[in-house]
Amino acid sequence: MTALDKRQVPAGEPARRAERRSDRVADLGQRHGALAVLVIVSLVGLAAFPGFRTPENAATLLVNAAPLALIALGMTFVILTGGIDLSVGSVFVLGGVLAAWASQYGFWAALAAPLAVCGLIGLVNGVLVARTGMPPFIVTLASLLGARGLMRAISGEGSATYLVAAPAFKMFGNGAALGVKWPVWVAAALFLIGTVVLHRMRFGQSVYAIGGSADAARLMGVPVAATRVCVYAISGLLAGLAGALNAARLGSGVTVLGIGLELDAIAAVVIGGTLLTGGAGALSGTAAGVLLLGVIQNLINQVGDLPAAYQQVISGSFLAVVVVAQTWLARLRRVASG
Amino acid sequence: MTDAAVDRPRLDAARLRRWLPVYGVYVALVALFAFNAVFTERFLLWENVRIQLVQVAPVVIVALGMAVVIGTEGIDLSVGSVMALAAAIVPIYLGYGAAPAVLMALVGGLVVGLVNGGLVAYVGMQPIVATLALLVAGRGVALVLSGGQLKEIRNPDLIALGSTDLAGLPVSVWLAVALTVVIGFLVRRTVFGRRLVAVGGNRRAADLAGLPVRRVLIGVYVLSALLAAVAGVLAVARIQSSDASQVGLLYELSAITAVVVGGTPLTGGRVRVLGTVAGALLMQLVIATMIKHDLKPSIAEMVQAVIILVAVYAARERRAR
Repeated sequence: MTALDKRQVPAGEPARRAERRSDRVADLGQRHGALAVLVIVSLVGLAAFPGFRTPENAATLLVNAAPLALIALGMTFVILTGGIDLSVGSVFVLGGVLAAWASQYGFWAALAAPLAVCGLIGLVNGVLVARTGMPPFIVTLASLLGARGLMRAISGEGSATYLVAAPAFKMFGNGAALGVKWPVWVAAALFLIGTVVLHRMRFGQSVYAIGGSADAARLMGVPVAATRVCVYAISGLLAGLAGALNAARLGSGVTVLGIGLELDAIAAVVIGGTLLTGGAGALSGTAAGVLLLGVIQNLINQVGDLPAAYQQVISGSFLAVVVVAQTWLARLRRVASG
Repeated sequence: MTDAAVDRPRLDAARLRRWLPVYGVYVALVALFAFNAVFTERFLLWENVRIQLVQVAPVVIVALGMAVVIGTEGIDLSVGSVMALAAAIVPIYLGYGAAPAVLMALVGGLVVGLVNGGLVAYVGMQPIVATLALLVAGRGVALVLSGGQLKEIRNPDLIALGSTDLAGLPVSVWLAVALTVVIGFLVRRTVFGRRLVAVGGNRRAADLAGLPVRRVLIGVYVLSALLAAVAGVLAVARIQSSDASQVGLLYELSAITAVVVGGTPLTGGRVRVLGTVAGALLMQLVIATMIKHDLKPSIAEMVQAVIILVAVYAARERRAR
């Protein structure tokens, strides 16, 4: 799983080899289960639906998945520390409205306003979680309400829809480079950066250590509180960025989207094999989870006469199946390691 | 200065800190009611009180179930979706009459509760994930069942459930009162109640003491889902239509807020039934007060956020002692 975990298994010890094999199977299932299912579902889609095969469809799928990908990226950091961020859905909407409103002052204002405000909300979440010892779940529940209130306050109780004024900002959402739209590039770049941060930097190792055991991490001298504040701030920032990108793409700050988006993000992270208890998981899994949810949605659209509600049924059941499988794999691993 | 003189104020602060999270909600409720009685025009009119009570009744019913779940150190995010599911089931069976339709809605709730409880108790899933899965899937099933359409209800029995009065109070309010008494009795005076508090206090110890932990957990989630289904039926009866995409939306938040504000700790091991009812009433009154004084709903939401944080913060102080 991580560098920390590998160290716990001494290499080249014959008596433990068989145990390690079942261990490894469980590990593989956990880490790459989502990827395997994604490949299978995509192959079925490619074979069965001509509409799924087109490059346009692939482009739509990716650009639709970009905001959720950004939110799930931040959520992965939070969940790896053993926390949860329920506020991202309304922070996402707030970011979109702020970006559309600020776009009258130009491109950079449209980008800076949501990042500043949403980053601040994340920071407040982080400080409350890290310094007061309140459960992350309730802190972010409160900021879910707070962010939604703020969004309504600046949008005339949800009735005003700001149109994106800056053409450059609209290009940011709709323009493409090398045939791939900008939001997809942004999401891909941030996933790469996130992976480097998690696996190659001290901060990333602190995140895993806190998720494994906050007390042990503290005793080892890991800056627990500071790391916690950072992950919530990152989550807020990314949710704001996702909202801004979405507003740029749609050309307006839509106030009614984003209900339940935090749940999609958590589902994507969990389906991707990150444990909700923290300490184990990877961004590659989250990416596969996000794409899997996107492909399922896309295929349901391809079928046509299926109501969109089936997507909720399928992703809900999928979430349950994945977590059941994870729990069994974890149990298997416990048995294997005695 | 003697030691005693120094000690006394500190002792009082400590007592206040213990006392505040438990009884603070009642004080706040009385204070806010008094404020409204004096400063809000037409607040004490019976019609107004009636409307507030009718609006708060389903929240109270859902919050009672939530309080019991939180008492076992769990959480039930699926309650809003269960309401939607119940609302979607009612029109399907309404052709057979009101009673079978309500019964089937409750069966729907029972099934969701069994799945939630099974996932938590037997699979060992965290309650937040198990019920999250049901939150997503439950509303999906409700939308599929209803075909995504709003259905009007014309059954006179069901409409009567939502709009008749019994001794001056609407049936739904009586139902909320009755269920409060039942849950209060269940938690305080029955073996099941003792067990669920024990499981919430220390699951491992309860297990070692030979308590049927899994059965208790399943019972708790079934109870919560059944109460949510009742609230869903009441919502349908009151608005005389069934809209699976709207019924119960964000009710999980209101219910959790009521429980937390009412002084039930999220760490389990304690259920405050009356506190929960007071919490639901307080939040209803907060919103009503702000609406009546022309504060925008957006401000009301931000104030709710602060109230939740303050309530949890106060409870945390008590635990730290």
